[in-house]
Amino acid sequence: MNIDNYQPKDFYDELIGQGGRPRAASRAVWKYLKGLDEHELGERRAACDLAALVAGITFRVYFEETGVDRAMPFDLIPRVIALKEWQGVEAGLKQRVKALNCFIEDLYNDQEIIRDGIFPAELLENSENFQEQCRGISPPLGIWAHVCGSDLVRDSDGTMYVLEDNLRIPSGVSYMLENRQVMKRVFPELFEDSGIQPVDDYPSQLYDALASLAPSPADYPSVVVLTPGIYNSAYFEHAYLAQQMGASLVEGRDLVVDRSDRVFMRTISGLEPVDVIYRRVDDAFIDPEAFREDSMLGVPGLMRAWRAGNVALANAPGAGVADDKVVYAFVPEIIRYYLDEEPKLDNVPTWKCQNPDEMAYVIDHLEELVVKPANESGGYGMLIGPRSTKREREKFARLIKADPRNYIAQPTLALSTCPTFIQNGVAPRHIDLRPFVLSGLQTYVTNGGLTRVALKAGSLVVNSSQGGGSKDTWIVDTEVS
Amino acid sequence: MLARLAENLYWHGRYVERAEDLARLINVTAHLNLDLPSGLSAGWEPLIRITGNARLFAESDHPLNERNIVRFLLLEESNPSSLRTTLESARENLRSARDLAPREVWEQMNSLYLKSTDELNGNLGKRRRQDFLEELILDCQQMAGTLQGTMSHDHAYDFILIGRHLERADMITRILEVRGYDLLPETAEELGPFESIQWMSVLKSLTAYQMYRRHVRSRVSGSDVLRFLLRDGQFPRSVMFCLLALEDLIDGLPGEDDRSLRGVTHLQRLLNETQARNLRGKELAGFMDRLQIELAEIDLSIRNTWFGTKP
Repeated sequence: MNIDNYQPKDFYDELIGQGGRPRAASRAVWKYLKGLDEHELGERRAACDLAALVAGITFRVYFEETGVDRAMPFDLIPRVIALKEWQGVEAGLKQRVKALNCFIEDLYNDQEIIRDGIFPAELLENSENFQEQCRGISPPLGIWAHVCGSDLVRDSDGTMYVLEDNLRIPSGVSYMLENRQVMKRVFPELFEDSGIQPVDDYPSQLYDALASLAPSPADYPSVVVLTPGIYNSAYFEHAYLAQQMGASLVEGRDLVVDRSDRVFMRTISGLEPVDVIYRRVDDAFIDPEAFREDSMLGVPGLMRAWRAGNVALANAPGAGVADDKVVYAFVPEIIRYYLDEEPKLDNVPTWKCQNPDEMAYVIDHLEELVVKPANESGGYGMLIGPRSTKREREKFARLIKADPRNYIAQPTLALSTCPTFIQNGVAPRHIDLRPFVLSGLQTYVTNGGLTRVALKAGSLVVNSSQGGGSKDTWIVDTEVS
Repeated sequence: MLARLAENLYWHGRYVERAEDLARLINVTAHLNLDLPSGLSAGWEPLIRITGNARLFAESDHPLNERNIVRFLLLEESNPSSLRTTLESARENLRSARDLAPREVWEQMNSLYLKSTDELNGNLGKRRRQDFLEELILDCQQMAGTLQGTMSHDHAYDFILIGRHLERADMITRILEVRGYDLLPETAEELGPFESIQWMSVLKSLTAYQMYRRHVRSRVSGSDVLRFLLRDGQFPRSVMFCLLALEDLIDGLPGEDDRSLRGVTHLQRLLNETQARNLRGKELAGFMDRLQIELAEIDLSIRNTWFGTKP
């Protein structure tokens, strides 16, 4: 097999270290893959494609008007991280999410961080994600971002950086769970005595976190998942999580808020009360009374019910204020301010165009930087300097000058690679990692997370809407295997 | 359970049954045409009427021949009850309610859909068509079996079954209406040598032949076939069997309902009181029409009672 000839390029490779030898945690899987002949490998790839297709791992892409399903590409070489290293990352993520929740709670209440001069008031005034309707509210346990998906990348020197935090409605966890299912089906031998940490308890951890938010204690709080519906790109995940938690999957039209601000769902036996809503609908669409009037996806009166404390919403409306890319630049200060600790996980060095000196630097160095708008996700509105044309750079220079607050810039990271199957053989492809952090009575971090892979040679864009795929992520306890 | 999902499951049940019945109809018609001499061909045109699409087909301006009709029934995207659109709807409805059904059933539905789309997009020759439709019938049966054996027999399950039985009862009356009208001679003298072959095809389209022979124990005659398919309480593809099942299922549902249950028991009475075996030609067609109208009323009251979106 041409695995033998695998050569990482000039990047940090997750599986293969110095001199082409596998790293300690990947030794077992590498040896196993090398031992497979062409035929055996082909068989497993086919089995894996089939398993993914049958299970309906499909991803709807917005711009495909026909709405046809397309299987999300899955690569069967896992990404491996040693448990020891992971424990450090896990502690860093917990610290980060804790600080971010303090930050959101503070912004909507006393705004001490602004008064103390750590966070500039004008950034808040210009924030598109700050929801005036949330002022003066303090949700149960003071937690706003119950589910956080932070994107991690590794640079050429091997350091893990946080690239961004998703505090609104992060998605992808179902792929993490399904990928593991597929791997266990296709490579059962590899999972025996290998020290691979399980990921399967995520749905029950999520359920516990959600149940802990119920307004009044109950043995069986009524938890529902609110989805925009089957045409949403992440619908597969909404259905999957609801099913795994045994919660009802509801759409806006299934819910109703009565005059005393309580939430019910319409069932075949009439109206039934709802305690906790894991909502996967954006703030803007969640309640036509409070936000966008034209929203067909929301529930009129939901904000009233939430403010009255009759229902818990996860994530809380307004939590997105802390995940725009400009706030990101302040996270190290935020951690120091609220927790009085040094950040355990690093931010990618970031220039804030808000600051005139930094803006000037960015505009002079567009060719080597990645420029990101504060409020766009999905990788559509970015400038990747080294790959940009002159016209694109001019366009971004104009955009930045017109609205400096909306832009940050970062160096082009040499994202780490992982061996990945391509047409004929195995080649290094760039990857990132999205672990998920749950905050309720307890804080929980997934063992690993979703590894996304840019399938095009040299590409750094891992978003599934732009042709990215995914891999199973193994946290391996090397002291066992 | 959510009213919306109850409705999805109900339609899922209906669409899967519709797909299966359509496959049965096409295969049996093909078989029958092989057995009949050319002058007596039963033809494909009745299938268009059975599925209630005479007007839609006429608009297409295609000649009424096997190729066009089968194409229309299997592939036509503008035909709301073509096999393609039916399977698509069955899958979409189950997709919306997939957290209620066992995962295996979703996987079966998904692979049935993908497999069928492949087949339907390909070059479906006569021989392959027959194998494909037979497989499809078995796949539908397998899904029904998996549901029966692995899903809690709760209200979610009940709604699938209600959809299935209502659709099946409706389909039986359509088969009898169209085939019966064409087949039943007005007088005994016209009884052709092929009459029993044609009635056998009706039985076979419902996989009823073997059970009919066992329980009726006489040669295949129009009046006995009618009686068996309308009134037999034990054969799962008779109208009466479906009505008895519906009565049980609807009776077990929560909420205030009297209209749908009353509709079902009224239909049972109607079947018991009507000498269906004596019905001929236009009378038969008229009676089947009446059954279809009452079935549609039951459908409407089920929707109003359990799927209504009024708070």
